[in-house]
Amino acid sequence: MSRLLMRTPQHVLAGGLALIFLFPLVWASLASVSPQAGTQQTDGWGFANYATLAHYQAGIWRYLFNSLAISLMTVLFTLLASVTGGYAFAMFRFPGRNALFLLTLAILMVPYATLLIPLYVLLNSLGLQNSLIGLALVLSMFQLPFATFMMRISFEAVPGELREAALIDGCGSFRALQRVLIPAAKPGLITVGLFAFLAAWNDFITPLVLISDSDKVPLPLAVANLRGQVMGIVDYGATEAGVVVLALPCIVLFLALQRHYVRGFMSGALKG
Amino acid sequence: MAPTRIRSASRSRRAWTGWAYAAPTALFVVVFFVLPIVLVGRMSVSDWGLFAGNRGWNAPENFTEAVGDRLFWPAVWFTVKYTVVTTVILLGLALGLALLVQESSRWTGILRTSFLVPSALGLASASLLFYALYSPQASPFPGQISFLGTPSSALWSTVALIVWRFAGFYMLLLLVGLQSIPGDVYEAARLDGAGRWQTFRHVTLPLLRPSLALCTILCVTGSLLAFDQFYILTKGGPDNSTVTIVQLVYNMAFQGQNDLGRAAALSIVVLAALLVVNLLQFRTLRGKER
Repeated sequence: MSRLLMRTPQHVLAGGLALIFLFPLVWASLASVSPQAGTQQTDGWGFANYATLAHYQAGIWRYLFNSLAISLMTVLFTLLASVTGGYAFAMFRFPGRNALFLLTLAILMVPYATLLIPLYVLLNSLGLQNSLIGLALVLSMFQLPFATFMMRISFEAVPGELREAALIDGCGSFRALQRVLIPAAKPGLITVGLFAFLAAWNDFITPLVLISDSDKVPLPLAVANLRGQVMGIVDYGATEAGVVVLALPCIVLFLALQRHYVRGFMSGALKG
Repeated sequence: MAPTRIRSASRSRRAWTGWAYAAPTALFVVVFFVLPIVLVGRMSVSDWGLFAGNRGWNAPENFTEAVGDRLFWPAVWFTVKYTVVTTVILLGLALGLALLVQESSRWTGILRTSFLVPSALGLASASLLFYALYSPQASPFPGQISFLGTPSSALWSTVALIVWRFAGFYMLLLLVGLQSIPGDVYEAARLDGAGRWQTFRHVTLPLLRPSLALCTILCVTGSLLAFDQFYILTKGGPDNSTVTIVQLVYNMAFQGQNDLGRAAALSIVVLAALLVVNLLQFRTLRGKER
């Protein structure tokens, strides 16, 4: 009992901090539907701000489609490269193996800005300027260090007997990958896919540099551009609605999977 | 003789298979990483306009002009100041949060989730949210507080945004470190008659050093390369007081100056500085660990 009483100030402090952390999110969701001067929603509660957002320039569906296409392509390219690459690094010895692995990790050491300036020129000469595919390829490259590392350790964690059994059974190396290793490394695969999706969905500076056609920008850029469109007057209501649309998929994914990855972090710690 | 030949033949076949699987990664790394690095090196010594393209050699000038830009030293100074302020506040708060929620119960589970939810947002989305939160028209705060009007308020307002967005993430990393400290170490400290503060100072902190080192490196690197939050929240203002070094690279390349050569030169300076800073961090943080 005395222990409980001693801890009360601590609980109150933590609870207060939690409220402060939740406040901006709650405020943005409420403000986006509440009446406010200078927005489309002036009297009563309603979704007029979302209607403004929906009809902004090319329309929100266009930007949502762009964002979704970029994110899904990034997931696809990242998984393709990191699964095959992780398999090669985990299971095969070949000349240049360590050099290639270190080179892949070295991507982490180089600032985005240093790479984006030459990439802007390079994509032009590859005919990929202003294209969603070009953007997704660049975003996948930024994901490779984490993804390749993750898939390599996931494959290395698969018990050796399981791999050898597959090879002795006459499976080719591809069949062994497909039938044995990919199913065994599913948690790693999900983590890599999720990280690639969120990174591509939220990235800002890469499309800012590489996409100049306003119909092809992803949602974060569109919402940022929406401020100050009409004679420099900012429609904060539409901005708040845009934030909600941007944040909702991320928060839903986070809450659905947090048990999975917070526990993943923790169990890793216990083992280490 | 024969078995060795067969073995070496099968080994070389396995090496080929290995390369075949590594090929997509190799292609990605060569086309989108190695080639750009080579190209940025070449651009940094060329007179390379945004629309005009390569117009020949412009070697020391790109670098001298980049470093001689009137915003260069203010940007370096501001970036360093921002990095120090953010790292100290963010890691201090994250450590506090981790200590508050380290025991697991339903209540601390709820607290952890509330601290972590902002980390799910993109940095750009979080910046847009705070842009509205700080605006005089939409702000829920009473009175006429100017959040972005003066250089120092713009700095602190941005730090608040970053702390809100990242505290939960660093709390999680430190929580992992805290959980890996075995319980009997605390037990031994208690038996030795150590108080709570002494235990924290002489047991928790030293054992937490690897996690703190990781957080410091991540936070310093991220802050030195800050861009999104300032681009959206302050646009470098007021009076260019919040222009970071990456923003300066972006402005040189795509806004106004349209000089890719000079921007490439500056970005190489940034790369070199970052490598030196990280090398120093690795050395000091690892040195202390021993």
